[in-house]
Amino acid sequence: MSRSNPTPSAGAITTAAAGAVTTTSADAVGRDPKAGSPLLEVRGLSVVYDTSSGSVTAVDNVDLTVNRGEFVGVVGESGCGKSTMLFGIAQLLSSPARIAAGEVLFRGQNLVAMNDKQLAPVRWQNMSVVMQSAMNALNPVKRIRAQFADTMKAHGVNNKAEIRERSEEVLSLVGIDKIHLESYPHQLSGGMRQRAMIAMALLFTPELIIMDEPTSALDVVAQRSLMLQIKELQHRLGFAVLFVTHDMSLVSHFSDRLVVMYAGQVAEFGETRTVFDTPAHPYSKGLLEAFPSIRGPRVPLVGIPGSPPALSAVPPGCRYEPRCPLAYADCKTVEPALYEVNGVLARCLLYSPDHQPSAEPVDAARKESEQ
Amino acid sequence: MSTPILEARGLTRVFRVGGFASRHDLHAVDDADFVINESEIVALVGESGSGKSTIARLLAQVYTPTSGEILFEGTPLSQLKSRHDQMRYRAAVPMVFQDPFSSLNPSYRVSHGILRGLKLHRPDLDAEARRAEAERVTEAVGLTPASEALDRYPYEMSGGQRQRVGFAQALAYKPRVILADEPVSMLDISIRIGLLNVMAKLRDVERVSLLYITHDIASARYVADRMMVMYAGRVMESGPVDEVLQAALHPYTQLLVAAVPDPRAKMTMTAAQAAGEPPKVIDPTPGCRFADRCPLAREVCRRVTPPLLELQPGHHVACHVAAENLGMGEESMGGEPMGAALRGAESADAASADAASSGAEPAGVPGADA
Repeated sequence: MSRSNPTPSAGAITTAAAGAVTTTSADAVGRDPKAGSPLLEVRGLSVVYDTSSGSVTAVDNVDLTVNRGEFVGVVGESGCGKSTMLFGIAQLLSSPARIAAGEVLFRGQNLVAMNDKQLAPVRWQNMSVVMQSAMNALNPVKRIRAQFADTMKAHGVNNKAEIRERSEEVLSLVGIDKIHLESYPHQLSGGMRQRAMIAMALLFTPELIIMDEPTSALDVVAQRSLMLQIKELQHRLGFAVLFVTHDMSLVSHFSDRLVVMYAGQVAEFGETRTVFDTPAHPYSKGLLEAFPSIRGPRVPLVGIPGSPPALSAVPPGCRYEPRCPLAYADCKTVEPALYEVNGVLARCLLYSPDHQPSAEPVDAARKESEQ
Repeated sequence: MSTPILEARGLTRVFRVGGFASRHDLHAVDDADFVINESEIVALVGESGSGKSTIARLLAQVYTPTSGEILFEGTPLSQLKSRHDQMRYRAAVPMVFQDPFSSLNPSYRVSHGILRGLKLHRPDLDAEARRAEAERVTEAVGLTPASEALDRYPYEMSGGQRQRVGFAQALAYKPRVILADEPVSMLDISIRIGLLNVMAKLRDVERVSLLYITHDIASARYVADRMMVMYAGRVMESGPVDEVLQAALHPYTQLLVAAVPDPRAKMTMTAAQAAGEPPKVIDPTPGCRFADRCPLAREVCRRVTPPLLELQPGHHVACHVAAENLGMGEESMGGEPMGAALRGAESADAASADAASSGAEPAGVPGADA
C-alpha cells in the first residue's frame, strides 16, 4: 500500500520534490497484530437528555470496540449523537444528559460505575480528549507552558524541570518549536493550536485519545497535514484513536475501522475499506454518493432527500426508512438489528434472515446497492 | 466575446492594522483580475484568509477597493453614482451568506424578506404580482409547495431549507450574478448536494451567474464552470474547472488538489509536502507569495511577483516556473498581465496558438493526461 500509484495531478509534486519524498505511507493501515482483548469496549451504551417534555434518547444502545493501537472513525450527520457518544465514553456528560444504560469498559474497568475520584487517575494518563475547537479549549489568557504545567500538576507531576522537559518534548512531537511554550493561544495559527491540543493530550502518552472533529475548523491543506501527523504519532507511540468527524472522506485513508451513526444508533460498523468499497447500509451508500469527486467524470448526484428524524420522535421500524430509496413495507414496522454482511455489521432489514420479502425486489435492491 | 457582467481589473484592498504607532498594511486582495460572464458559475477557492470573502465584499460594495476597479456590464462602479444606478447594481449582484441560521430574521415569516426585496427592487410589481413572483422564486429553489413555505418561520425550517430561502431572496431581484459566500459549508454532507443542484439550476434555467466561494474543491468541481484559486490575497490560477484541477499548472493548486480527501483514490501526499502555512500578507515585498512552500521555487520567485499570464487558452497562471516551462516566461514574453490580454483577446489567442504550435509541452508540470 505504498506510493506505487500516485494520481497524475499529485504526481507532479512528487516528482518535483523527488528528493524530499519520505515514507509516510499513510494508506498503510497500522493494525496491531497482537491485539488481544479490546482496549475499549462499549456495551449497550444509551445516553438520554432529560427535557421538560420527556427524555430524548440521543445515543441508543451502542456497541463499539477499539483495539490497542487502532484508529476507529465515527461519522454521521450533525445531531446523530456522535459527540454525545464520545462524551458518554469519556464520562464528560453533564445534566441534562445522563447515561441511561450500558457500560464502558476501558482496560477492563467499567468507567460508568466509577466516580470522579476514581476516574481522575484514568483521565489524561490513560485516556485523553482533543476537543473540537482548540480556540475555545485553550485558555486565552494563559501561555501554552502554563496550561501544560497545569495539566501535569493535576496528575501529580510537580517537578518544574520535569514539566518543562516533557512540555518541550510533546511540542516537538507535533512539530511546534519549543519557543511557543511562551506563546498565548492567539499567537498560534489554527493548525498550530490544534496541534498544541494534541501535544497536550500526549503529555502522559495515553493508550487512547478521543478526538472530536479536531480538523473541522481547518482548511484542506492544514487538515491533511494534521491527519498525517496524527497517524505518524500513532505509529510511533502506539496509542489508539477514536475519531469523530462529519466528513466521511477525511477518515477514508486514516481509520482502520469505521462506525457510521444515524439517529443515535450505529448504522454500520466495519473495516473502513470495506465500508467505502461496498457500503452495506443504504445510508452509508447515500453518504458516500453525496460526495462529489475531484477526479473522474462529473456525474449528477442527488444527496439524501429529507433530513434525519428528530430524536424526540423517532419513527417506529427503521429510522432511515423515510429517506431510504430501498425501503419496503416491513421497514416501517420492524426495527432492524445489526446484521452481519460481508464482514461488516449493518442495521438494515435487507440483511435480516427473517424479514426478506419476495426475492425479486431484494435482489434488485441488492444489485443496485452493489453498483 | 460579449461584455462580461462583472470584470475586476487590478482589484486591490488593503486594510490598515495595528495601533497608530505601529501601522501596517494588510494586503487582503492584491491586483486581482477576473471576469464573470453570463450564465456561468465561477468557483473561488483557497485557504481561509486567502482573500476570498474580501473579493465578494468588494463586489457587493461592502468595501471600496484601495485601487483597481470593478466594471459592471462594462461600466466602472465608480461611475454608478445615482441612487437608481446603485439600486440596480445591488439588485443585480445580491449576496447569499454562509450561515443560514443567522442570516434570516427569526421573527418574520419567510415571505417577509422576499416580498420586501421585491418591493424595493421591482417597484413595477403590485402586491398580487409580488406574491406570485415570491412563489415563483420559492419554487425555483425547490421549496414546495411554495405558498406553504412562504408562510413558515425560519425556525420551522432545516438549515438546507433556510439556505434555499437565501437563494430565493437573491433570485427575486432578477440578479445577473449571485455572490454566494460559502453557502453550503454549514450544511450536512447529505443535503449539500441538493443545494449545489439548486445553484446549477439557477444557472441553467434562470440564466444567472454565480460566484461560488468555497474551500471545498470537490463541490466547486461539481458545480462550477471555471475556477479561480487564491493564495495569500493573489489569484494564482484560473481557468476551466477540469483543466485547473486535472492539469494544474501552479504548484499551489497541485498541493491543494493533492490535499483533497478522496475516498476513491489512493492518497499520495506526504507530511513534508503539506507542511507550512500561508504567509501573513502584511507589508508584503515583491516575489511570489507561495515561494517559501514551493518545491519548484527559484531565485527569481523571491524577487519578482509573477504576473497572471494566459499560458493556455482561457487558463491563467501566476507562476514563473510554469510560464518558463511553457515557453512564456518573463524573459521570453515580457509578461503581459491578464487584464491586458483580455482586452486584446485576439492577440492573446494568437500568442497561445503560437505556444501550442511550437510544441510547448508542460514538462515537469502536471501531466495533461488526467
